[in-house]
Amino acid sequence: MMNDIKDWYRSGLPFVWLNAAAVSASIIMVLGLLILIAVRGLSHFWPHTVYEMTYHWGGQDEVIIGEIHDQELVTVQQLRDAGIQLDTEDEIVTRYLIKMGNRDVYGVDFRNVVKPLIMAREVPGDIVVLERHEYGNFYGFLKNVKQSGQVIASGEASWEALQPLLERVYRLYDEIKEIEKSEIGSVNYRIERLRLKERGLELDGKKTPEAVVELDAARAALQGEYRVLEQRLVELYTEIKRDSLTAEVQNGQVVEIPLDKIVKAYRPNTMGLFAKIGFYIGKLWEFVSDEPREANTEGGIFPAIYGTVIMVLVMSVMVTPLGIIAAVYLREYAKEGPLVRMIHIAVNNLAGVPSIVYGVFGLGFFVYFLGGNLDQLFYPEALPSPTFGTPGLMWASLTLALLTLPVVIVSTEEGLARIPSSIREGSLALGATKAETLWRTILPMASPAMMTGLILAVARAAGEVAPLMLVGVVKLAPSLPLDGNFPFLHLDRKFMHLGFHIYDVGFQSPNVEAARPLVYATALLLVLVIILLNITSITIRNHLREKYRALEQ
Amino acid sequence: METSSAALSKLIPGPDEPIAKRRRAWRTFKDVLAHYSIGIGGISVIFSVVLIFFYLAYVVLPLFKSAHIEPLVEYNLSEGITGRTLFLGVEELAEVGFQVTDQGVIRYFQAENGSEIDRVDLPLGESQITSLAVGRLDSGVMALGLSDGRGLLVQQVFKVSFPNDVRTITPSALYPLGEEPMVIDEEGRPLVKLALSNNEDGSILLAAITEDGAVVYNSIMVEESMLGDNEITSTTGILPVMATRPVDVSVSGDQRWLFVADEAGAIAMFDVSEPDEPMLVDQQNATAVGQSITRLRMLMGGISLLVGYSDGIVAQWFPARDENGHYYLARVRDFDAGDAAIQFIEPEQQRKGFVTLDAAGHLAVHSSTAHRTVLERDLGRQEIMEISVSPRANRILILPEDGYLQVLDVENEHPDTSFSALWQKVWYESWEKPEYVWQSSAANQDFEPKYSLMPLAFGTLKAAFYAMLFAVPLAIMGAIYTAYFMAPKMRSYVKPTIEIMEALPTVILGFLAGLWLAPFFESHLPGIAIMLVLLPVGVLVFAYAWHRMPQKIRWLVPDGWAALLLVPVVGFLAWLSFAISLPVEELFFGGNMRSWITNDLGIDFDQRNSIVIGFALGFAVIPTIFSITEDAIFGVPKHLTNGSLALGATPWQTLTRVVLLSASPGIFSAIMIGLGRGVGETMIVLMATGNTPIMDMNIFEGMRTLAANIAVEMPESEVGSTHYRILFLAAVVLFTFTFILNTAAELIRQRLRKKYASL
Repeated sequence: MMNDIKDWYRSGLPFVWLNAAAVSASIIMVLGLLILIAVRGLSHFWPHTVYEMTYHWGGQDEVIIGEIHDQELVTVQQLRDAGIQLDTEDEIVTRYLIKMGNRDVYGVDFRNVVKPLIMAREVPGDIVVLERHEYGNFYGFLKNVKQSGQVIASGEASWEALQPLLERVYRLYDEIKEIEKSEIGSVNYRIERLRLKERGLELDGKKTPEAVVELDAARAALQGEYRVLEQRLVELYTEIKRDSLTAEVQNGQVVEIPLDKIVKAYRPNTMGLFAKIGFYIGKLWEFVSDEPREANTEGGIFPAIYGTVIMVLVMSVMVTPLGIIAAVYLREYAKEGPLVRMIHIAVNNLAGVPSIVYGVFGLGFFVYFLGGNLDQLFYPEALPSPTFGTPGLMWASLTLALLTLPVVIVSTEEGLARIPSSIREGSLALGATKAETLWRTILPMASPAMMTGLILAVARAAGEVAPLMLVGVVKLAPSLPLDGNFPFLHLDRKFMHLGFHIYDVGFQSPNVEAARPLVYATALLLVLVIILLNITSITIRNHLREKYRALEQ
Repeated sequence: METSSAALSKLIPGPDEPIAKRRRAWRTFKDVLAHYSIGIGGISVIFSVVLIFFYLAYVVLPLFKSAHIEPLVEYNLSEGITGRTLFLGVEELAEVGFQVTDQGVIRYFQAENGSEIDRVDLPLGESQITSLAVGRLDSGVMALGLSDGRGLLVQQVFKVSFPNDVRTITPSALYPLGEEPMVIDEEGRPLVKLALSNNEDGSILLAAITEDGAVVYNSIMVEESMLGDNEITSTTGILPVMATRPVDVSVSGDQRWLFVADEAGAIAMFDVSEPDEPMLVDQQNATAVGQSITRLRMLMGGISLLVGYSDGIVAQWFPARDENGHYYLARVRDFDAGDAAIQFIEPEQQRKGFVTLDAAGHLAVHSSTAHRTVLERDLGRQEIMEISVSPRANRILILPEDGYLQVLDVENEHPDTSFSALWQKVWYESWEKPEYVWQSSAANQDFEPKYSLMPLAFGTLKAAFYAMLFAVPLAIMGAIYTAYFMAPKMRSYVKPTIEIMEALPTVILGFLAGLWLAPFFESHLPGIAIMLVLLPVGVLVFAYAWHRMPQKIRWLVPDGWAALLLVPVVGFLAWLSFAISLPVEELFFGGNMRSWITNDLGIDFDQRNSIVIGFALGFAVIPTIFSITEDAIFGVPKHLTNGSLALGATPWQTLTRVVLLSASPGIFSAIMIGLGRGVGETMIVLMATGNTPIMDMNIFEGMRTLAANIAVEMPESEVGSTHYRILFLAAVVLFTFTFILNTAAELIRQRLRKKYASL
């Protein structure tokens, strides 16, 4: 036995196994991380069971209504150190984090409870969950429903009576949002452009009386439009405020909730599996298509997705030509020598410089230096408020273009290197110039490799946050960078970004606990997009390798 | 046949036809154009790296430029005024100046030419002005000491208005305590030296030396009464008689300390927080042989006392605490301000800087925190009556005895930085001893900015160190197995997995580390330790057991798939480690390891600590190191390994003696690139540490790194300010560090590639 172990040790096999374990550990970490994000991110949208518990706390029983948000094992000693007195034989107990909602009623919406102190746990079917525009979820029992202050249904019948009223409120709400966001936004935008035009004329010394009359007429027309919209808004607001409901919360208190505050109402405990699945899909759709609510801790992340996509597109337009030209130079034109070595060093450094340094550079050089000068030259009418002299979409894209340049270069270079030289020689032998060879044969053949590079660059840019924090990303952008107002693409606007959204909601939010599931969901979306992009590029690359290997034979 | 060839020659023009020549020229032109534009495109990559570096350096450079001074104008200020000028001042924009004469007149004049704007006669009655002191610099309040032992407070107010769109500054003088002077010396002796401190809460402390050498003071409190008018309470006091005659007196900004310098060269520090019972706290002999004290002034903020000596030295002193918590007067640093006796010390109003002038006319501008004399200049004249520094410290006014006022333009943007302030220990005001501190801003204006990059650089290296501790063994071992032992089929799955690991956004890693891993580790502290032991031991035990298995089972998993076999084993061991964590905690650490660490071991514990950083940042660094190492090992020419194996070496021997040896430069460069990534990573550190700039290797505490610091502070720093430029400096430090690492790594790899090619 001992000899056997000795031999085994001498053969070096234990070390091989340890090395193999390192690979296994890495794989487990990657998979574990993905599963963790997926489970936490996806479970958030499921309509969880709402419990009614009797909790023995401070010498008396109280009722807690809420869903189980999280659970963990703790030692009784830790609880005792935290000042919780427990009468139990166990040394390790389960602690639940209960989401009680009703922040406006209790002041807090989460509570830790310890399992041994839960005296009873029930699942009443008639618990209503209301998602609201403010103060988070509401949990309670529906008492009655009022229309214009008159009770129209109470008790059992109120749930049914509530549905048509809610439908009406949702419709009105959508209409209000439409007017406020797009129509009034558009009028305001045009009025602002008129003001800038007037100021521009003034600066050029061309502010003639005729021009002023024209501007005033245009402005009067817009203001007329604005008044009509405003009138309509006032009407809608009185309409939407008509109905309300009353409900009882866990401590017996009865509260009245106006219906216009409600986003969604459901009774999770009576829902069947299919209803739950339907609800789940609806919530998922809401998550990707809706605007955020309540300081980004509820609602959707549509503006962040939109901002990320637009930023990445603008960046691609800038990084692709530059990266490809540099790679073509390195592979097709430059001769081996110190210059090529220097360029390689430069590319590696561009790849290795910390991203925050790009942010600092972008802020100083692009925003303040280039942007400041652009404003002086082209946008003097808007000064002193800056147009391009402030962080925005254009500078963010440009900064990230610089950051992802090496990715495109390296990938394109690899693609070019794999093209057999016989193809080049054939083309040259037929009398094509070098440029024609490049344009007609090499680049088309290398285009999948360029695509790979671009996809990787996009994946990198979608996940990069540190430099963006300095050059244009904000937690809440008032308007989208691409909209229906001329000139449609607003390169000077600030925008929202998925990665920054994760940072901001996870760490700057006033109610981290409530925001956490949404952060997981956002992270899941981002990870999925990035993995998808990476797998695509890996597949293209492998496919390409096979193809060129076949060509060489 | 003939027709077709004729048609062809029509279609394809012959080589000498003009159209063919034109086409050829055009093609050549396009070729050359492509050549040059692509060349420019290639070189632009170098250009962008150089541009980044030089732009960053360009922003940083002004930090280290020395100050400039230029004479602006000179004019006669003595016209139309009699008597000596006791005080000279200018308002914020340095457009309107004023002088206070011993005849009790305040005269306001245009700073550019000296023409009079207004004059005010002070309500002094019969008494004469015998001394003058200024209070809080931004309040515009000064006190006049009178020949009858009383003092008058005067406040200068400059109102800015825009009548007819022209900016007009209207000066006026107010009397915060009324036009009737306050009694300071109850015996009515003339006050020859005066010191004043006034605070925003309405408290005022006036201290004075009388003609016969007594030190008297008056502590005044102004409170708004119920009826809306001011209610003034005042308490006068007198210090015990001193052995030697006092020469100058000063009071601290918080009105707790009263400093008296005497003829013998000692400085006494009294606690006058109870005005009725002054207490001598410390007395220091502040002079060397042959030296005497000529001047006392408080630095901006009223904490530091600047002492001018007869031989041109200026020393900064402030009350500090010793180990027992007792206050003493500490001599913090000396400035060489000239060769003759220091005649004037003028503190700047918005920074911890000051201007000195000695009796020989040697002017110097200093910064106290940076311990730096930024400017020195001989005025070429002596007998100076009064000098003044404008509130923004961009003008110095010098009034010689002959009345010809000199206005100097000062360009001194960033005096607060110096090598010592950035990289060495600095004794900051009110601190017990010199320390490395990063604290760039605070709520109050009197704040002394603390720009030591040391804690940040330390934090950066600390984070990188723990990350490398976790990542290097895992990545290199993994790469060795993948490149050398793994089956090609499995390798084609593992490599993309690692690539995806590299592509995971760091913001997600940081978020998980901060919100999931940190609390998890905190509640499962023993689990980490158990895992460190259990994992390798468990794997070895399993490996041996596998080795002893009957061949039938062993053949189920072919060679090179061991890593897959180990996935469930490692997963189980990790799970087991954390599953038994709570019972172990219960058994050995009294059920709460965290409190055991803090209370029994006495080690500070943060939830977001270096263990979390090690894991999260290590996770981000592993794929970088893994890929490059794997490439280097895989690239080792096969005939080397085959030769070794043929000679009878085991695969492990071949690996350690042949493969690793020839791949070692590649592995080394992998580690360097990984280190570069760890040093510059921002989001993980930002989210998974508490971001406190401490200098402590403690694994249970966090850190603040250069990169995270930039991300936190850059958005709120004012463009062009010292803080902004220092953040750029931090970026330059990061850039340079990673540049060196990356360049070295790339050079090594280039050489290695050449070596492999030649083999």
